[in-house]
Amino acid sequence: MNPKRKQRLLIVLFIVAGVGVAVGLTLFALNQNINLFYSPSQIAAGEAPTETRIRAGGMVVDGSVQRANDSLEVGFDITDYEHTVHVRYTGILPDLFREGQGIVAQGELDKSGVLQAVEVLAKHDENYMPPEVAEALEKAGKMPKPTGQEFNK
Amino acid sequence: MIPELGQYALILTACLSVLLGTIPMVGATVGNALWCSYARPLAIALFGFVLFSFLCLGWSFLQSDFSVAYVANNSNTALPWYYRLSAVWGGHEGSLLLWLLILTSWTLAVALKSKNLPEDILARVLAVMGLITTGFALFILFTSSPFERILPRVPEQGADLNPLLQDFGLIVHPPMLYMGYVGFSVAFAFAIAALLSGRLDAAWARWSRPWTNIAWAFLTLGIALGSWWAYYELGWGGWWFWDPVENASLMPWLIGTALVHSLAVTEKRGVFKSWTVLLAIFAFSLSLLGTFLVRSGVLTSVHAFASDPDRGFFILALLAITIGGSLLLYAIKASHVKSESSFGLLSRESFMLINNVLLTVSCATVLLGTLYPLLVDALNLGKISVGPPYFNALFVPLGALLVLTLGVGILLRWKQTPATLILKQIWLPGVLALIASGISLALLPHWPGIWTSAGLLLAWWVVFTAGRDLLNRARNRSRGFSALLNQSRAYYGMMLAHGGIAVLVVGIALVSTFSEHSDLRMQPGDRKQFNDYEFVFDGIRKVDGPNFHSDTGVIRVLYKGEPYTEMYPEKRLYTARGNVMTEAAIDPGLFRDLYVALGESLGDDAWAVRVQYKPFVRWLWLGGLMMTVGGILAATDPRYRKQARRELAAA
Repeated sequence: MNPKRKQRLLIVLFIVAGVGVAVGLTLFALNQNINLFYSPSQIAAGEAPTETRIRAGGMVVDGSVQRANDSLEVGFDITDYEHTVHVRYTGILPDLFREGQGIVAQGELDKSGVLQAVEVLAKHDENYMPPEVAEALEKAGKMPKPTGQEFNK
Repeated sequence: MIPELGQYALILTACLSVLLGTIPMVGATVGNALWCSYARPLAIALFGFVLFSFLCLGWSFLQSDFSVAYVANNSNTALPWYYRLSAVWGGHEGSLLLWLLILTSWTLAVALKSKNLPEDILARVLAVMGLITTGFALFILFTSSPFERILPRVPEQGADLNPLLQDFGLIVHPPMLYMGYVGFSVAFAFAIAALLSGRLDAAWARWSRPWTNIAWAFLTLGIALGSWWAYYELGWGGWWFWDPVENASLMPWLIGTALVHSLAVTEKRGVFKSWTVLLAIFAFSLSLLGTFLVRSGVLTSVHAFASDPDRGFFILALLAITIGGSLLLYAIKASHVKSESSFGLLSRESFMLINNVLLTVSCATVLLGTLYPLLVDALNLGKISVGPPYFNALFVPLGALLVLTLGVGILLRWKQTPATLILKQIWLPGVLALIASGISLALLPHWPGIWTSAGLLLAWWVVFTAGRDLLNRARNRSRGFSALLNQSRAYYGMMLAHGGIAVLVVGIALVSTFSEHSDLRMQPGDRKQFNDYEFVFDGIRKVDGPNFHSDTGVIRVLYKGEPYTEMYPEKRLYTARGNVMTEAAIDPGLFRDLYVALGESLGDDAWAVRVQYKPFVRWLWLGGLMMTVGGILAATDPRYRKQARRELAAA
C-alpha cells in the first residue's frame, strides 16, 4: 500500500471507529433515558412498571386537588374518564395547572399505585391538550367535545 | 382593503419568484447574458413586494383590524403598540411571513453586495434563492395566509397575544433566529450554484465565507437570546431544556459551525470541497427540518403554535424536494471534484476534520434524540420521550473532546506539523491550564466533580493555547508586540469566538454544579438563607398593568445580614384569555444571579415561592455574544472585498 492510501485508510478507520463508538454510546444512552407514556387505564390494568421513570397523563379531576398545610406537597387525581390515578407531587405547579385541565406528570409508580411525580407539565395554552392525553381520552371514548374553539387548533 | 393589498403583494411575490427561479437559471445554463441580468432587478422587486405585504400586516395590527383572523387571534386593543407590532410574528402565519421577508432580504443583500461576482454565478445563486422563495410563498398562500378575513361577524375584541410572548425577548428572538436559519440558504445557494457550474474552487469558498459567517453569527445570537428568554420568562430558571424546538435550532448551528471551519480549509487549502458542499446542503436542510418540526405540530412544545396536517405535509414535501434535489445534484456533480493539495495526519487540516466529525456526530445524536420519539410514535410502538440525561450524557464528552482538539488545532501548521514541534507548542499552555484550573478549583466552595473540573481545565486550555498562538505571531515578526495589533480582523474574530467557547464552558460547568434552588411555602416574615444571601418574604401587593392584574410579592434580600435589595416577583392574570403567568424577579450579576419566582397562593397569606442562586449564569449568554461578535468580525474582514476587487481586475 502506498503511503497516501495508508493515510487515507487510517483516516477512514478513525472515522468508522468514531462513528461506531458514538452510535454505541448513543443507543446505550437512549435506552437509559426513554420515558414511556401510560394512560390511567393502562396503569389501572397493571401495564405500567413500578419504580421506573414513566409519564402519565389525563385530565385533573375536579375537586381532587389537596394541599398540605405546612409544605408544598400536593395530591390530585388524573383521569381518562375510565380510570383514575392518584398523583403526589412536592413543589410548584405550573401556571396552567388547574382542575379540569389536561396535564402530563413524570415520575415513578409506587407499590400502592400512586404516581410519585417529580415533574408536572401543563402547556402554555388553555385550549391545548397534550397529544398523549388526547389520544388516551379518545381511546377511552371520552374525548370532551370542544366548546367554541377546537383543541389543538 | 389594506390586508387584501398585502395578499396581492404575496401573490405577485410568488409569481415573480418563479421568474427569478427560472429565467436567470436558464440564462446561466445557455449563456444568455440578458436572461442572467434579470436576476438582480427581480430580487429587488421580490424584496419590495414582501416588505409591502409585511407592512400591510403590521398596519392591520396597529389598527387592530379584527376582521383579519390572524390579528383577531393574536392581538387585543389593550396591548401596547410595541407588542402589537411584535405580535406580527407571534403566531404561525405571521412568523412565516417574517421568514419570507428575511429570505428576500438575504436575496436582496446578495444581489446588492455581489458586484464582483461573475454574472452567471450570481444568476444561479439568486435563482436558487428565488426557488426557495417560491416554495415558502406558495406555502403561505395555500396553507397559512395571515390575511384571511373573518366576515361578516367581525369580533369586537381580539384574543390577545399569548402572555408568554408579551416580552422584549419575543420582539428580538425570532427575527435573529430566522436571520440565522434563513441565512444558511445563501450558503446553500452558493453551493448549488457551484455544483451546477462545476466551479468548486477557492473563489467559491471565499464568496460563501462571509455570508456563512454572518448567518452563523445571527443563529448564535438567536439561540442565546432564546435561552435567555426561557430563563427569565418561563419562571423555571432553566437555560436549556433539550426541548425538541431548541434542538431544532441547535442542529443547524452545529452543522453551521462545522461549515464555517470547513469553508476556511477549502478556501485556504483547496481540500474538503465536496464535504463543504454537503455541509452547506445539510445546514440549510436542517433549518428547513427545524421549520417543519416547529410548524407541523408533530411536537409537544412551547413553540408549537398550531397543528394542521396540510401544513406539515407541505413543509415535508418542501424538505423532500430540497434535500432530494440537492443530494441528487451532489451525487451527479461532486464525483468530479478533485482536491488541490494533500495533507499529513498531524496538520491543521486533520484537526479541522476532527472538529467537523465531532460536530457532525453531535448533530446526529441530537437528531436521533429529537426524531426517535416521532419515529416510535409513527410506528405505533408507544409514546415516549427522550430525557435531558440522554443529551447530557452524549454532549458533554463530545463537547469536551471538541474543545480539547480546538486548542491543539489552532497551534498546528497547514499541511504537516512535526510531532516534536507540536509538543514544544502545547506543553506550556497545558501546564499553565493545569495550574490555573487548580487555582480556580481551590477558589470554589467545594470539589465540583470530574466533569466540571474538566470544563474549567478546558476553558483555561483554550485561553492559553490562544495566547500561545498570539505569541507565535508576535515572535514571527520583527516588530514584536505591535504585530498583535496588526492581525487581520478575521483573526480577531476567530479568537473572540473561541474565547466565547471558553466563557460558555465555564458558565455551563459552574451553573450546573453550584446552582442552589429551593421551592418553599412562605408566609410573611419567613426567611431562607442561601450562601451569604438571606431572602425575607414580606407578603403580596396587588398591582394592575395595562392588560393584566398582578399579585406582586415583596422579597427583601439581606447580604451578610445587611439590607441588599428588594425583589418583586409577580403572578399575573391576563384578562383577555384568563391566562396566568409567572414573572420572575432577577437580580443579575456577572458572577451570580438571584432568582425569585412566585408559585401559587396557598391560602392564609402563604405563597409557594421558588428561590434560586445561579452562579455564572450570565457567562452562558456572554459566551454566545462573544461568538456572535467574532462571527461578524470575521465576516466583515476587508480582505474579502480587496480580494474580490483584485479578481475583478485580473479578469
